[in-house]
Amino acid sequence: MSSTELSDTSVNDSVTVTLTVNGKRYTRTVEPRMLLSDFLRHELGLTGTHVGCEHGVCGACTVQMDGQPARSCLTFAVQAQPHAISTVEGLAPARGQLHPLQEAFRECHGLQCGYCTPGILMTMQAFLAAHPDPDEAQIRHALSGNLCRCTGYQHIVDAVALAAKNARAAKGGAA
Amino acid sequence: MSTRYFGEPVKRNEDARLLTGAALFVDDVELTGMLHAAFLRSPYAHARILSIDSTAAKQRPGVIAIYTAEDLGAYWQPGPLLVPPPPVAGITFNQRCQVPLAKDVVRHVGEPLVLVIAESRYIAEDAVNDIVVDWDPLPVAADLEAAARPDAPRVHDDVPGNVAAWVRQTNGDYATASRGAHLTIKRRFTYDHGCSQPMETRGVVAQWDNKADKLTIWDTTQAPVAIRNGMAAMLKLSERQVRVIAPFIGGGFGPKIMMFYPEEVLVPWVAMQLDTPVKWIEDRAEHFVATTHERGQIHDAEMALDKDGKIIGVKDVFLHDTGAYDPYGLTVPLNSQCTLLGPYVVPHYDSTFTAVFTNKTLVTPYRGAGRQHGVFVMERLLDIAARELGITPAEIRRRNFIAPDAFPYNHKIIYQDFTELTYDSGNYAPILDQVLKTIDYERFIKEEQPRLRAAGKCVGIAVVCYVEGTGIGPYEGAKVQVQASGKVSVVTGIGTQGQGHYTSFAQIVADATGVDVTDVEVVTGDTDQFYWGAGTFASRGAVVAGNAIGQAAGIVRQKILSTAAEHFECAETDLVIENGKVSLAGVPDHSITLGELARQANPMRGAVAPGTEPGLEATSYFGPTMGATASGAHAMIIEVDPETMMIEIKRYAVAHDCGVVINPLIVEGQVQGGVAQGIGNAFFEQLVYSEEGQLLNASLADYLLPTALDVPRMEMTHTVTPSPLNPLGIKGVGEAGAIPVGPLYAQAIEDALQLHKIKVELLDIPLSPSRLWELTRAGKLE
Repeated sequence: MSSTELSDTSVNDSVTVTLTVNGKRYTRTVEPRMLLSDFLRHELGLTGTHVGCEHGVCGACTVQMDGQPARSCLTFAVQAQPHAISTVEGLAPARGQLHPLQEAFRECHGLQCGYCTPGILMTMQAFLAAHPDPDEAQIRHALSGNLCRCTGYQHIVDAVALAAKNARAAKGGAA
Repeated sequence: MSTRYFGEPVKRNEDARLLTGAALFVDDVELTGMLHAAFLRSPYAHARILSIDSTAAKQRPGVIAIYTAEDLGAYWQPGPLLVPPPPVAGITFNQRCQVPLAKDVVRHVGEPLVLVIAESRYIAEDAVNDIVVDWDPLPVAADLEAAARPDAPRVHDDVPGNVAAWVRQTNGDYATASRGAHLTIKRRFTYDHGCSQPMETRGVVAQWDNKADKLTIWDTTQAPVAIRNGMAAMLKLSERQVRVIAPFIGGGFGPKIMMFYPEEVLVPWVAMQLDTPVKWIEDRAEHFVATTHERGQIHDAEMALDKDGKIIGVKDVFLHDTGAYDPYGLTVPLNSQCTLLGPYVVPHYDSTFTAVFTNKTLVTPYRGAGRQHGVFVMERLLDIAARELGITPAEIRRRNFIAPDAFPYNHKIIYQDFTELTYDSGNYAPILDQVLKTIDYERFIKEEQPRLRAAGKCVGIAVVCYVEGTGIGPYEGAKVQVQASGKVSVVTGIGTQGQGHYTSFAQIVADATGVDVTDVEVVTGDTDQFYWGAGTFASRGAVVAGNAIGQAAGIVRQKILSTAAEHFECAETDLVIENGKVSLAGVPDHSITLGELARQANPMRGAVAPGTEPGLEATSYFGPTMGATASGAHAMIIEVDPETMMIEIKRYAVAHDCGVVINPLIVEGQVQGGVAQGIGNAFFEQLVYSEEGQLLNASLADYLLPTALDVPRMEMTHTVTPSPLNPLGIKGVGEAGAIPVGPLYAQAIEDALQLHKIKVELLDIPLSPSRLWELTRAGKLE
């Protein structure tokens, strides 16, 4: 879908959107104004991505586009077509298993109601990929774009630090 | 029985589902043919509705139906009074409950007046924008103090002075006793608590099944049973025809127990009218004006003390902003009135409040539920008195504590559960000692602070104390059942919003039935699974439901033993229950699994002895005679940047006593989360209204929730004073962390900036850099 095609499309027309999410291709016909968050949740049934504010502040809807955290509530589904989308459903290696970051959250009680958690996982997984040995200040800075109303963040910070430590140990580096 | 899980930091059973995105939240419910609701809400705080023109909206493709108040017919009724007024002599209470859709007059911005049903939410919102309303704006009562004046515009035409309620409670005789005071402190305090802002907004999905004659409602409520009962009554159905499911809920903090929200009443009704599933999910902009707040109080308070700094009495007269309607009764101001007394002996108390209608969103309990307001007044009065008397804030508190041998301690005023405010147990001095030790209070004051001040640093320290009434009645219940799978099921009527009930309740049951904690399957918030209950509020879930579960699990344990004794033809005392099996003591190979026993307890053929009940299950109820009182102390060291007035928290310490702890990891999380909300309340969050009653900062970009950069690491210690009111000895912890943070900030900032030198006192919350700048500039001008 090029931008010239978009400009000829009114909101009432439908467009065909093809997205790659967690390595799988999906095609749906939707209104061009449909948000990526709504597309994932209501068209694809990937309801692990949560919507908290719909104005890009809270971070609950964070997914990854080509490995970078992005707010799916501020992105139209049509805009996401050229990118590889990853959501929380794609984190764990298999059903019944957890990704090491998810394991660390469970270990440290890094979630309470769990509503903000998928967005935080998608943010921090990308952060850890780029910063394998972060200090607490760096973790807090990276986390500061995601709001959590339950935990007071301390156990989330602990979980991210533990995940980093475990990942370094698994690679045989200094823990 | 060997205790294996109770008291241990057990990892949570619910986490795997939440972490993988598999947990079901209300907005995740997708049903075939489901329609979507959107509401036209009032843009005015107070206005007459002259006409509503929905012609264009009705013609929009995809719009199914549009309803105004007139279209609801007899279904249009004001909501019920959720909490009746307390039995206090001389009380005034004017009940004015919210309506499903505004008729004739709107009384706050965000009040719904038209309901649109469409094929998608996008279309429904387009249609809302098509509707044209002819308004006649009316004078607005927005400001609390102004709204309380006799000549203020009336929120309800027939309520003069906007008086929603007037309550005076006294103990002793303050007027007489205070005459002999060595020192009297008298100040005006303003305390503004914000709104809860759970990360999940509210939502309702309803499905009418006309073949089964049954209605199913998925609701982000903290009280599914009460919603079931209310909806059945309103829709003229039997309770058994209505199933309410509160699945995973993305945070509650109080406002999700308001009943009944207009949307909650309308969505099930429309689903029945149209015989089609209907979903409504609140967006964040709606949440700011349509979900209840807590907001403000203004206290004119005085404290009389003797020369040793002992309290003779407290007199307090305060105004409470209740918003446009008062369906939640007086819970919030009553909590303020009662919790003000804190852990202290107050021989004479004279407290009067007026709850005032304003043209703003309704006020109902939000985590702390008015306790903060009272605690702020008390703690600040003590701080000012300590300064006048030349003693430390820590010392004046210590001198006024209720002695450990004085419990149960009766304050002789009526609490929110309508019993006399009585503390079941407590031991306050060790808590204070503990927190002072953690923060190294004496050394900081004597060594570190002078050194840092000499180096030009504005550093301050503070310590505050509080109590929290928790675990009130009436009751909760639970059914515990061994399943043929060998797993043990627990069902209870409360809802859960992140408190870890799937784990703490499992711990109680796992110990009683000898199974692994992960083999206990907890179900909360489904009225078809458990019929009875009151709900999750007032830090009561673990206390009240937890004890009901403990009792039921004990009975199931007994049934396991008697069934196994029959099976083995031995005495019950010869049996051991562990690892999901019952075995003969000393002969572990001679065993039977709980699953097999459960099957044996449910014979399919043959005869049973008279009176035999099938299965290994039990249902129990627990209702405490009164609430269990938890307590705590917080201390903090801060540095203030005198140019920007930004605050850096150097250390934050919490010592608290919530009785016997089921799961320390969960308790820590509850306290940490509470403190974070307290920090938001103290320094970041404020609902800012214009004189016209417009909320000026209704977005998360403008209403600032604390981030990971704003909430410090907390150093936490526990003391344990078991509650004698329940078999498990537990007290609630849900609200504790949030309660004392306002006065902690005020005391620490006054100390850091040495505000007494410029005769500035911090008497209002929230504070903020700009507010501190204003106050300190005003001080220097004197």
